[in-house]
Amino acid sequence: MTAAMATLEQSPSGKTSGLKAQLRRAERLRKIKAVALIAPLAIFLIIIFVIPIGNMLWRSIDNTELQQVMPVTAAMVQEWDGSDLPNEAVFASFAHEIRDSRSGGGLGRIGRRLNYEDPTFRTLLTNTIRHLPAEADSWTLALQEISPRWGETSTWLAIQRAAPATTDRYLLASVDLKRNDAGKIEAVEQNQRIYQSVFKRTLLIAGGVTLICLFLGFPLAYLLATLPTGTSNLLLIFVLLPFWTSLLVRTAAWIVMLQSGGLVNTGLIMSGIIDTPIQLVFNRIGVFFAMVHILLPFMVLPLYSVMKGVSPSYQRAAVSLGAHPFAAFWQVYVPQTISGIAAGTILVFIMAIGYYITPALVGGPSDQMVSYYVAYYTNTTNNWGMAAALGSLLLLATLLLYLIYHKLVNQKQLVRS
Amino acid sequence: MALQPYSSPVEHIWFWTFRIFCALVLIFLMLPVLVIIPLSFSSGSFLTYPLPGFSLQWYQTIFSSGPWMDALKNSMIVAPLATILAMVFGTMAAVGLNRADFPGKGLLLALLISPMVVPLVIVAVGMYFFFASVGLLNSYAGLVLAHAVLGVPFVVITVNATLQGFDYNQMRAGASLGASPLRVFFTVVLPQIIPGVASGGLFAFATSFDEVVVALFIASPTERTLPMQMFSGIRENISPAIAAMATIMILLSVLLLLVMELLRRRSENLRSTQ
Repeated sequence: MTAAMATLEQSPSGKTSGLKAQLRRAERLRKIKAVALIAPLAIFLIIIFVIPIGNMLWRSIDNTELQQVMPVTAAMVQEWDGSDLPNEAVFASFAHEIRDSRSGGGLGRIGRRLNYEDPTFRTLLTNTIRHLPAEADSWTLALQEISPRWGETSTWLAIQRAAPATTDRYLLASVDLKRNDAGKIEAVEQNQRIYQSVFKRTLLIAGGVTLICLFLGFPLAYLLATLPTGTSNLLLIFVLLPFWTSLLVRTAAWIVMLQSGGLVNTGLIMSGIIDTPIQLVFNRIGVFFAMVHILLPFMVLPLYSVMKGVSPSYQRAAVSLGAHPFAAFWQVYVPQTISGIAAGTILVFIMAIGYYITPALVGGPSDQMVSYYVAYYTNTTNNWGMAAALGSLLLLATLLLYLIYHKLVNQKQLVRS
Repeated sequence: MALQPYSSPVEHIWFWTFRIFCALVLIFLMLPVLVIIPLSFSSGSFLTYPLPGFSLQWYQTIFSSGPWMDALKNSMIVAPLATILAMVFGTMAAVGLNRADFPGKGLLLALLISPMVVPLVIVAVGMYFFFASVGLLNSYAGLVLAHAVLGVPFVVITVNATLQGFDYNQMRAGASLGASPLRVFFTVVLPQIIPGVASGGLFAFATSFDEVVVALFIASPTERTLPMQMFSGIRENISPAIAAMATIMILLSVLLLLVMELLRRRSENLRSTQ
């Protein structure tokens, strides 16, 4: 095509330049058609997938509860310098807006938001509403009469932190950090740190599962790639059938196998290794068994497809030149499979860090990964900011790994072509 | 690692260690699938060996029970619809991607594949809020749309791969003989890429038929799918009824595997005749 166009460009006659324009038009038409074919899916995904996820990520910095329920107070308290108590106007607007907030569920929303600042805030708000006088000469005094806490700057500082439209508190909290009253970032108290250990646990489980999958999957893929096609196709069924079997079926099967009266315990007792059944399920061991089983095919299949393309002659040549067979294997064969190792490892790791169902079913409370906490904050406590913040970090990690995966796989294709 | 007549004893030992290791890994892969099947025929009510006796009572339980049959019915409504949606959108997009080069194509492809990469819980939470705001929460339509999104990448990838070997001169030939683009697609292109479309569709179907995370967030008990029923069954009261349902689902996977193999052979045959 380009060659044809080049010759067209060289010829000076008017007729060919008309042809050139026609060609260009045809090419443009083709592009428009191509885009028109892709557009329905792209629009579908943007509406049902991209926007919802973007919207969810936005919730990790969204802080508009107070602005929506108490617009005047929120605006005024942001201008307060925070040194002494706010002026009477702030107190008055707060008193009026908290009275109006009872209708339409506004009180519940600001109560939930302010409770993140101080867990006694909701009680303070309901108590204040109950004793709020109809009229007052000085709302500053009236509110302080209801509760002395309205005379403390820390109470108003909490309201001030809830006033801007965005906040970094959820993102900070998701890595066990917070802002103190002076606005400086600091670590939360030792006994309240949970998320760093959740992330550490997630990476540990995902990394462990990935390494075990590589350890089990590499020899198996090697066997499948070196056996005669008939035999290897037969054995491949052993990999593909579990791969196609429902994740829930396999998870259920592992609970059955690992429970105290299950096959594994019975086998261990009969062979005399143990006397009493050991706890293998609803703990970390169960999580590892089930996750390795579910993810192993994702390691074996990419390795197998790369190993299929590796010629055995190099290894043989190395041996014939006097290398020890193991040296030949490690130094000649394994480096040729590195793209498969990379693809399988990253694929398994990406899938493992997002796991939710399997740890929820076969793990104990201390084996739950980041996904579990995202689901927990969404469904159980309605702390959407926290769910979104943890979700954002998980998504970021996944996308970064996927980018690396993409680069590696593309390079592999380049090498092949 | 083949054993040669001249191999040393050490190599013999390694050879057999390697073989036994691989056999153990294969057993590890197959055992859970095989262990659960006999338990579904248990006459007892515990999921333990040895079986007290043979009985079909648990199959009777699931086939006569409201929740299991409703769940199966719901899955049979949602999965095919989601698959059709994913196949139509996915095939169109894959054909478009192969037709022309334009700026941003790589980014677009990344977008189309992304539902496969993003952790399910994030998809689930995002859709939960979105569907709540547009009134699709707790509806069949919402579930179908969500599962179609999750199935689309498989169709795009498989059709895209099938189109790699496709000769576009055939389309020009069809057009020069006076056929409309749509007719060219259905009579020339589609018969050749159908193995890719179908295997992408099977992946999409299996995804929807096995998907539980998103369903748990966006569906109510009325739209409870089979995986949701399995999930609550495993969580609350794990009985041989679960094993019976699992056996039926394993049979389905065998069927899927066979169809995939047939499709693979068919596409290989197509390629070798070209």
